[in-house]
Amino acid sequence: MVSEDLVVSVCLVLVAASATVAVAVREPVRQALVLAVLGLALAALFTVLQAPDVALSQLAVGSVLTPLLILLSVRKVRRRGHPTGDEAQR
Amino acid sequence: MTHLFPYLIAGWIFLVGCYGLATSRHLVHAVGCLAVCQSATYVLLLAVGYREGGTAPVHSDLAPHSRPLVDPVVQALTLTDVVVGATVTALLLALVIQVAKRHGTVDPDELSELRG
Amino acid sequence: MTIRMRRWVMGTGAIGLAALFVAAFMRLPRFGGDRHPYGDRATDAALTRHTANVVSSINFDLRAFDTLGEESILFAAVLGTVVLLRQTREEDRVPPRSAAVDPWVRRYALAALPVALVVGLYVVAHGQLSPGGGFQGGVIVATAVHLLYIGVDYRALERIRPVALYEVGDAVGEAAYLLVGAAALIGGSAFLANTLLPYGTFNTLTSGGVVPLLNLAVGIEVACAVVVLVSRFLDQAVEITDAASDAEGAGTR
Repeated sequence: MVSEDLVVSVCLVLVAASATVAVAVREPVRQALVLAVLGLALAALFTVLQAPDVALSQLAVGSVLTPLLILLSVRKVRRRGHPTGDEAQR
Repeated sequence: MTHLFPYLIAGWIFLVGCYGLATSRHLVHAVGCLAVCQSATYVLLLAVGYREGGTAPVHSDLAPHSRPLVDPVVQALTLTDVVVGATVTALLLALVIQVAKRHGTVDPDELSELRG
Repeated sequence: MTIRMRRWVMGTGAIGLAALFVAAFMRLPRFGGDRHPYGDRATDAALTRHTANVVSSINFDLRAFDTLGEESILFAAVLGTVVLLRQTREEDRVPPRSAAVDPWVRRYALAALPVALVVGLYVVAHGQLSPGGGFQGGVIVATAVHLLYIGVDYRALERIRPVALYEVGDAVGEAAYLLVGAAALIGGSAFLANTLLPYGTFNTLTSGGVVPLLNLAVGIEVACAVVVLVSRFLDQAVEITDAASDAEGAGTR
C-alpha cells in the first residue's frame, strides 16, 4: 500500500502547510481565504482517510461557512471606524 | 512512512494555531487561529481511526463484512467536533463585533490597555 | 506583560507541550493499525439495526444522547449570537441600495441555486444510507439560499427569507429531536432508544428505525440555525449602522 501512504502523506503536508500559512497571514480577509484552502485540504485528507461524512461537513463548514462569517465580521469591524488600526494591519 | 507522521502533523497544527493565538494583533485573526487549532483535533481523531487498506464505513454499495472498514466511532466524534467548532467560531465572532462596538478597537493589546 | 516576555512564555509552553505530545503519540496505537475494537462493535451494531451508513447509526442511534448535547450547543450558540448581534437603541437600520450584478454571475447563481438546494435535501434524506446527513445537508441547504444574495441582491434575499420563520424552524428541529427521544419512554424504554419503529429493509430510505427521524430533525435545525446565523452577521455587515458612535470615534482619534 505504498501509493496509499504517499497520497496520505501529500495531503498531510498540504494541511500542515496551509495551516501554517493561515496563521502567518496577519490580514483577516486574506486569512479567511487561506482558511478556505485549509478546509479544502482537510476535506481531501478526510476523503483519503476514508471518512466521506466528515469530508462533506468539513467542505460545507470549513471552506464556506467559517470564511463567510469571518469576511462579514471583518466588514462590520472595518466599517465601524478605527481606520488607523486598519491601516496598520495592512 | 513512519507511523508517527500523522500524529506529529496534528501536533504541529495545534502548536502553530496556539502561536497565532498568542501573537495575534487582530481579534478576528485570533478566531481564525482558533479554527486552525480545532482542525488539529480532526486530524488526530481520524488518524487514530485509520486502518490500512480499510474502506469507508458505509454499506450503501458495499456488502457487509466483505472488506475491512476504518473506525466509524472516531468519524462520528469528528463530525460532532466540526459542528461544535463552527458554532464556537460564530459565537466568538459575534463577541468580537460586540467588542469592536464597545471599545472601538479589535487589537488585544489596545484592549488590555483600556482596562488598565 | 511585554510582547517579548509573552513570546518567551509562549515558547516555553510550546516546547513543553510538544514534548508531551511526542511522549503521548509514542503510546498511541500505530497509524493504520488493525485493532479497532470500538469501531468493529459499532459496525456490527449498525448492521443489526439495518443502518447502512455506520457513522449515521453512531450519531443518531448509539450516541444519540451526545448528538442531543451537540444540537443544544448549536441551539444555544445561535441564541447567543442573536442576542449579541441584535440592533441596539442607538443603531440605525439603513436599507442597502440594490447593486448591479454581472449578468453572467446572476445567471450562474440562479441556475446553481435550485441544484444546490436539491443536493442539500438529497444529502439530508439519504443520511442513513450514504455519506451525509442532517448536518452536512442542512449547511448545504442554508448556503444555497444565500446564492440569491450573490445572484440578485440583499433585498431579494430578505424577501424569501423571513428570519422569524427560520428561528421557529430552529426551535422546531430541536424540539422534534427531544420529542422523538421522549417517545421512546412511552414504549417503556430509555430516552432516545428505539422501541416503536421497525428497523425496515436494509439499505432503503426508511431503514434504521429512529435514525431517519432524528436525522431529519437535525437537518431542519441545522439549516434554520445557519440561515439565522448568517442573517445576523449579514444584518450587521450590510444594514445596521451606527452614525452617532462613528462621529464620536472620529472626534477622539
